[in-house]
Amino acid sequence: MNFELCASGFGGQGVMAIGQLLSYAAVRENKFTLFLPSYGPEMRGGTANCVCMVSDKEIGSPVTQTHKNAIVMNTPSFTKFEPTIIKGGNLLVNSALINDKSNRKDINVFYVPANHIAKEAGHQVAANIVMLGALLKIENVAKYETIEQVIKEKFVAKGQKVIDINFRALKMGYDSV
Amino acid sequence: MGNKILMKGAEVLGEAAVKAGCRLYFGYPITPQNEAPAYMAKRLPEVNGTFVQAESEVAAINMLYGASAAGHRVMTTSSSPGISLMMEGVSYCAGAELPVVIVNVMRGGPGLGGIGPSQADYFQATKGGGHGDYKIITLAPTNLQEQADLIFKAFDLADKYRIPVMILSDGLLGQIMEAVEYKDEIKPEDLAKKEWAATGRDPKREKNLINSLDLDLDGLERHNHKLQKRYKEIENTEVMCEEYKTDDAKIVVVAYGTTARIAKTAIDKVREEGLKVGLIRPITLWPFPSENIKNALQKENVKAFYVFELSAGQMIEDVQLCVNAKKPVNFYGRLGGNVPSPDELAEKIREIY
Amino acid sequence: MNDMKQIFKVTPLLTKTKRSYCPGCTHGVIHRLVCEVIEEMNLFEETVIVVPVGCSTLSIHYFEMDTVQAAHGRAPAVATGVKRALPDKTVVTYQGDGDLASIGTAEIVHAATRGENITTIFVNNGIYGMTGGQMAPTTLEGWKTTTSPFGRDYKKEGYPIKISEMLATLNGPAYIARTSVHNPANIMKTKRAIRKAFKAQKEGLGFSLVEILSTCPTNWGMSPVNSLKRISEETMKYYPLGEYKSVEGL
Repeated sequence: MNFELCASGFGGQGVMAIGQLLSYAAVRENKFTLFLPSYGPEMRGGTANCVCMVSDKEIGSPVTQTHKNAIVMNTPSFTKFEPTIIKGGNLLVNSALINDKSNRKDINVFYVPANHIAKEAGHQVAANIVMLGALLKIENVAKYETIEQVIKEKFVAKGQKVIDINFRALKMGYDSV
Repeated sequence: MGNKILMKGAEVLGEAAVKAGCRLYFGYPITPQNEAPAYMAKRLPEVNGTFVQAESEVAAINMLYGASAAGHRVMTTSSSPGISLMMEGVSYCAGAELPVVIVNVMRGGPGLGGIGPSQADYFQATKGGGHGDYKIITLAPTNLQEQADLIFKAFDLADKYRIPVMILSDGLLGQIMEAVEYKDEIKPEDLAKKEWAATGRDPKREKNLINSLDLDLDGLERHNHKLQKRYKEIENTEVMCEEYKTDDAKIVVVAYGTTARIAKTAIDKVREEGLKVGLIRPITLWPFPSENIKNALQKENVKAFYVFELSAGQMIEDVQLCVNAKKPVNFYGRLGGNVPSPDELAEKIREIY
Repeated sequence: MNDMKQIFKVTPLLTKTKRSYCPGCTHGVIHRLVCEVIEEMNLFEETVIVVPVGCSTLSIHYFEMDTVQAAHGRAPAVATGVKRALPDKTVVTYQGDGDLASIGTAEIVHAATRGENITTIFVNNGIYGMTGGQMAPTTLEGWKTTTSPFGRDYKKEGYPIKISEMLATLNGPAYIARTSVHNPANIMKTKRAIRKAFKAQKEGLGFSLVEILSTCPTNWGMSPVNSLKRISEETMKYYPLGEYKSVEGL
């Protein structure tokens, strides 16, 4: 397995958490993983992105020009990363905030109204977890239960209610594609 | 992989230092290593350690000088412009034979430069960035596990030779997260007591003096010869290097740190196309693994070397010294904080193959 | 002979090494005072002294205590490192005015404001001695030095720094005093101030500093006696003696 994902969106949309949760899950499942955040001034307000890699083998280059998978949470991210998906790759679009449609025929595009789904699940701040759920359905990167475990660990300090919202968001995202 | 923890590179530096028995950290904020002082500010009090945010990098390195003079393991982390400020202190540590560990999470320069990953401080680290005839051991991790392991190694080497040791990391290795396992946990009280340290004098022993001044020309020459002899010993015994698929290689890539792992991916790519390419990855930049280069040079199958760096060409000079114009040494570097992709390096390899 | 008792001896904390200081220099007196206080307070075995760059760099060979030589101006940072590593020990920096008040201003100000529990002996003679008599940040108006050959002009070179007054505005210091060694009475006062500074450190009250007005007959181009007179006639007018800070209970 050689999984790679780029997640991108506004600061505050939780794109870093998508990558980190996948990396935490990978460590639990004894796989090699690497998480690379974009860093610097762009983190403070503008568009942020991260790359997450999961592999059975030691991970070589932390940088790639192209991506196997991308989750785009806002329009600037769509514009930036849609052209970088490799042939046969997956693009997950937060269609609640992005009106653009991809014209590419050589990639798989999934439109997920993540904010709307998250609202239904309990709070629209869980839009990132909706996208993570959708990704899990498309790419067999980690066991669903493992992701649930790492979500629980991440939100344990915020209480059971927050955990429940995120569990629902994950499930609804998973079922949305 | 049971005990592996996912951590950010800059935090790995801190946790590894704590596990290596370091209880004193002095530093000053600079991107891209701010997570290291933040980590130490939280972590050190848990182990009765001390964190001080110094007023400048100049002060920080001198605090290291003091803590090391007092016989304790001590570390700082910084990034290129901050490391430049520390160079005076590093020279003093070298002159006074003080073991200190300094991490440079390199960023693009010159001047204030940028905050992207870089390897443009190779000369500064390996050729003596401060004044005087001195060397510091320079270690270059390629991933976070090695970054953790080399921190332990750095403290051991520093103590063994009473020499400053620098970890040459970069913005990428500072910012990525990977799973790390800490192989040891050293208690400071279990470390050998440093009899030379200035700790307050037991009247039964001679006075301990930590000093780099000697106005007697012959005395200072003797001191320099003593240091040079130690450097020779380090060159003879402490070289670390990884070779990857060099056995049948026609092209030998030489790269370290982040660039080396990108190069590895590029090599795997071109190997799939049948190109015979290998990698020599220096782990100690000083002492430089000259023997590995010279051995490769002597092999019939090796036609050329290719040096990849995040600089305009610095380590290449050490490679060229070994190759001595007997075979071509090519160079490709990215500058200013930019990092090449594996495809980019693969293409460079194809061009000369 | 039996009724004779010893009323004076040289402190054993000074080494027998031949001193490098010029005739009439007051470093010798101040060294002695520091060592006597350490001896009398029984701190010898626990003291680490940090020496600067300047004439007193050579004191690396004059003190019997464990000694650390610091880079120019950096003694307070080095002392911070020593003290943080050895919090129970007594750590002293011994610095001149070029070292402390010019190149080392950042280090002294921040050690002071952190309330770093160290003691600084600040020897102020208003000139760079070791490098041959250049203008210092403490040089007074009209004083001729190699880099103010026509006499220091405040309009051109600015004003001398009053370190004690400046540091006394900070919250970190426990004790700040300015004294002089131009006559026996003031030498005794200086000793008392040094003792108080050490006491502040022993009691963990914070940073302490004694600024000691001093001479440089060689670079001032004056006889030792006239140099001492200059302290009372000129230096003390710009740099008034006294305790600038002394926390309650000290």
